[in-house]
Amino acid sequence: MNATAIRAGFLTSVQDLGRTGFREFGISLGGALDPHALRVANLLAGNDESVAGLEITFGGLRIRFSDERILVWCGGEFKARISSTTIDAGHPVLVRAGEEFSIESPTLGCRAWLAISGGIDVPIVLGSRSGDLRSGFGGVRGRPVRDGEEFPLGENPQRAKVLIEKLHGERIARWKPPHDWSSTARREPTLHFLSGTDRDRFIESALGLFASGNFIVSPDSDRMGIRLDGPRLERKEDVDLLSEAVAPGTVQVPPSGKPILLLNDCQTIGGYPKIAHVITVDLPIAAQLCPGDRIGFREVSLAEAHRLLLEREKNLEQFRRGLEAHFQ
Amino acid sequence: MEIKPLGDSTVLVRVAENFERAPEEALNAVLAAQAGIKAARIPGVLEVTSAYTTVALFYEPARAADAGAPRENIFQWMEQQIREALSNAKEVEADLKRSVVQIPVCYEAEFAIDLEHVAEHAGIHCREVVDLHCSAEYRVHCVGFTPGFPFLGGLPRKIATPRREIPRKEIPAGSVAIGGMQTGIYPIKSPGGWNIIGRTPLRLFDPQKNPPVLLRAGDRVRFRAITREEFDGSTT
Repeated sequence: MNATAIRAGFLTSVQDLGRTGFREFGISLGGALDPHALRVANLLAGNDESVAGLEITFGGLRIRFSDERILVWCGGEFKARISSTTIDAGHPVLVRAGEEFSIESPTLGCRAWLAISGGIDVPIVLGSRSGDLRSGFGGVRGRPVRDGEEFPLGENPQRAKVLIEKLHGERIARWKPPHDWSSTARREPTLHFLSGTDRDRFIESALGLFASGNFIVSPDSDRMGIRLDGPRLERKEDVDLLSEAVAPGTVQVPPSGKPILLLNDCQTIGGYPKIAHVITVDLPIAAQLCPGDRIGFREVSLAEAHRLLLEREKNLEQFRRGLEAHFQ
Repeated sequence: MEIKPLGDSTVLVRVAENFERAPEEALNAVLAAQAGIKAARIPGVLEVTSAYTTVALFYEPARAADAGAPRENIFQWMEQQIREALSNAKEVEADLKRSVVQIPVCYEAEFAIDLEHVAEHAGIHCREVVDLHCSAEYRVHCVGFTPGFPFLGGLPRKIATPRREIPRKEIPAGSVAIGGMQTGIYPIKSPGGWNIIGRTPLRLFDPQKNPPVLLRAGDRVRFRAITREEFDGSTT
């Protein structure tokens, strides 16, 4: 009923869909940087979509299981295997007692999410199992997974048991989700954004530079945010604003003029002017950005952002219903 | 009242135009608005927060649409729900009559690495800085930066001290500090640029508790100087 990380890899943490309801106390949302990928992987593994899995950054994880489980991983371009068998993204696979799942360093993107049937059963802290690595709580004692770390797994849900029976022969299921759900990294992506809450605080040319410019992901990026090198975005006045809410997707610009795209572990409030907001459906692409990657931005309307988000939710619901046959 | 989108899943409500001119009034209005919007239980809204002059709603557009928001116009629908909540909320009083929270602070040199700097900046003795810091009643204007970090207004002007040019990489948990016109307490070990003048043995953030923080926006606070012995006695 447990799993052991023989090698933890560069940075692996326990994440679910995040911590809701505590932002008024300064507690970050947290959770998988690509919640959609984790939801999809969980559904495929026979789990509820919100159970905790592993967020694996830059690969290097080797994990052994003490009993039979369904595993599904989604994310960047990684090579994953169980013994000598290659496991492609999005395909449910049966892992047997004593076997090891391993994932190498990526050829594109930087993160993968591994769903395990039954989920990772670390304690729920403030409504979530997600590790808040900045504040040091949740997940595995508030820190990244270490070499040799053992963690408890929940019991295989009924749906996973059915799937385990079915996969005793062929081991890997042939079905998978749409390709862009399971493989989310893009080369030189363009992220869609909504006009920023403080766009009037920037000089006119800064808005143009942001929308047309090419930016390069700085090495100084993490789960809090992606720092971007590129044209300097100048504000009209060099004053800090009274702090107000920020959210994953917010693009804020500190006095350096270099924008920061905030991700799930961002602070709950910020005083830098906000030039843009990346739309929710594009955050999974942002979650794959590596230092040195080139990105651009394109503006869309709020109605379009909502249309895309609702469409994705509708498709996920259809996908969920379509999966039922495999669990019977 | 200005209501605008902050991305596709957050709404920002500007409740007060200015904070500095009348912090008490602005804060009361913001907390009342936050309470009113929470009480309205607008479909799709996950949480409602406040910061100085604004209230923020984090929402799931798909859930709002399921509850009847027109799919092409979810934001306008949210805006309408918020305005209705606010007009009905006039009677909803944020629970503002909270008692004063006493924070014991050891201001001894070991914990107060910037106390001399603050004193120098003010042109007074360290002792006077401590007396002034303990003389005022403060109010939590906002919680953020790290879990449970209270931004406190009400600092005697005399000891206001600009933030350090280069923030420190690591400030110990419990550190009491001055940053510009505000004072605050670092609940967890974190980087920080404020001037450290003491340390409290109290825990401001405990993830095992609900609520997990000692101080919330609107709370009133006083500092009380304690000796090193008292500090050691209360941490064990």
